Amino acid sequence: MLVDQIAVFLENRKGRIFALSDLLAKNGVDLIALSIADTNDFGIVRLVTDNNDRALEVLRRAGFTAATNSLIGIEVEDKPGGLAEVLKIFDDNDIDIEYLYSFARVEAKKAIILVKVADTDKTLEILLKHNIKLLDRSI
Amino acid sequence: MKYFNETMETMKRSELECLQGERLKSLVARVYQNVPYYREKMDAIKLKPSDIKSLKDITKLPYTTKSDLRANYPFGTFAAPKRDIVRVHASSGTTGKLTVVGYTKNDLQAWAECCARSLVMAGCDEESVIHISYGYGLFTGGLGMHYGSELLGSMTVPVSSGNTMRQIMLLKDFGATCLCCTPSYAIYLAEEITKSGLKASDLSLKAGVFGAEPWSEAMRKQIEASLNLKAFDIYGLSEISGPGVGMECYLQNGTHIQEDYFYPEIVDADTLEPLPFLEKGELVFTTLTKEGIPLIRYRTRDITSLDDTPCECGRTSVRMGRVFGRSDDMLIIRGVNVFPSQIETVLLNMGDKIGPHYQIIVERINNLDFIEIQVELTQKSFSGTVKDIERIRAEIDHDMQSMIGINAKITLVSPNTIPRSEGKAVRIIDKRKI
Repeated sequence: MLVDQIAVFLENRKGRIFALSDLLAKNGVDLIALSIADTNDFGIVRLVTDNNDRALEVLRRAGFTAATNSLIGIEVEDKPGGLAEVLKIFDDNDIDIEYLYSFARVEAKKAIILVKVADTDKTLEILLKHNIKLLDRSI
Repeated sequence: MKYFNETMETMKRSELECLQGERLKSLVARVYQNVPYYREKMDAIKLKPSDIKSLKDITKLPYTTKSDLRANYPFGTFAAPKRDIVRVHASSGTTGKLTVVGYTKNDLQAWAECCARSLVMAGCDEESVIHISYGYGLFTGGLGMHYGSELLGSMTVPVSSGNTMRQIMLLKDFGATCLCCTPSYAIYLAEEITKSGLKASDLSLKAGVFGAEPWSEAMRKQIEASLNLKAFDIYGLSEISGPGVGMECYLQNGTHIQEDYFYPEIVDADTLEPLPFLEKGELVFTTLTKEGIPLIRYRTRDITSLDDTPCECGRTSVRMGRVFGRSDDMLIIRGVNVFPSQIETVLLNMGDKIGPHYQIIVERINNLDFIEIQVELTQKSFSGTVKDIERIRAEIDHDMQSMIGINAKITLVSPNTIPRSEGKAVRIIDKRKI
């Protein structure tokens, strides 16, 4: 019911994000989604890949600080209001979103929203009640 | 006014040495009687107070260090009963406990006298308006100069540190003639004065008494030009009393040590053998009259030299050169003493939230000191959220602030990115060029 993500700590130094993507490329890992949270001194890169186990292994071996997290993956129609409809449910139920990122599947006319909340179980229950389409680990 | 205390300041060397000898004898007798710490130390080398017959016998006495003060924290090296102690000050210790000093009424009087003499050396008198931007509190800078200025009879403006815009307003409105602060703050102040649209000539400053951190002749030229004043170097440390242990006269050629109160020696920092005049070594002081916390042959860790050639100003005291460095790893950041061991203590208390390696980077940006502490995150402590990293950083930040008393920038870096070394780790990178 949940989507696995890899979070990688990156210092604000030249070439770090390139080193990360280059490493994944050389190990044949395909990126499905990527988002960066940045602060003054460091960033956290969040990735969903076609092979998270492999990605985690190569990243750690190369000295990156990486952790895995589970996110709620939601599929909506790729049309105006697709995201807002889902977020209204979060809002109505007072669910705080820690962070969120999304990507579109243009051919399928679908958009995927990946959400991190504090209480995942409760959120899943509410989303299911509203017949929201949830993704599992194989995006 | 030429001297604050002409008799003492211009006393013949032979007479001064005689006075120092008498004071030393009574000091040794007093500490042997009143301070178990000193008695034990002297007993251990079978030295009796009666073995100290004149000033030259001082070399028989054992040294005292900051760690001796720490081991006897807080009041173990005090020689006066608590009811006679009227004030305490404190400076950084090496691992979190402060180095505490206590003053009797006589000690405060002597200290104020030293500061008053110092202000006179900077050309001040009863007509002066003395603006004191040293911090007031446990730090000796503010209150030390304050009581010296009052004893001299000058108008004393106890501004303390911080709020630069207000400082500038008061300097101008009150017509301050003398500024007391750290040299780096003086440079910063000059820049802020320019930014505010004022000129140094809009102020009435004639002299600046700058200390609490090492500075250079280049900085002196810069300060004198930008603030349109004569810049004087003042030396002191809280263990010995505070500012005013030494002060430059108008010839600006070394700080005159107030030798009737503090007997200086220069010793080899490794062998502890006394060194002759003009040779560089570690500065050691014996407080000849102090009652609260008399210190015998206290190792300051400051590396400098002493010059006994007569000074044209008429004062007969020896003069101390610039401080070239330290014989320990103490850092002076914006006038505050910081020991790397204090920083390490905070980091060790964080447990496995952070890695064991760290690096301290000190820089001077726009004439102000900045300290950055780089710490490695651990695989375990990384959860993937910014919030959790910020929480670790805030925790270190908070503990660091209460340990070292100043703000340090805490930077979390990836594991294994702080350079390892085979031998002694390079923990401190001091990029300041003073």
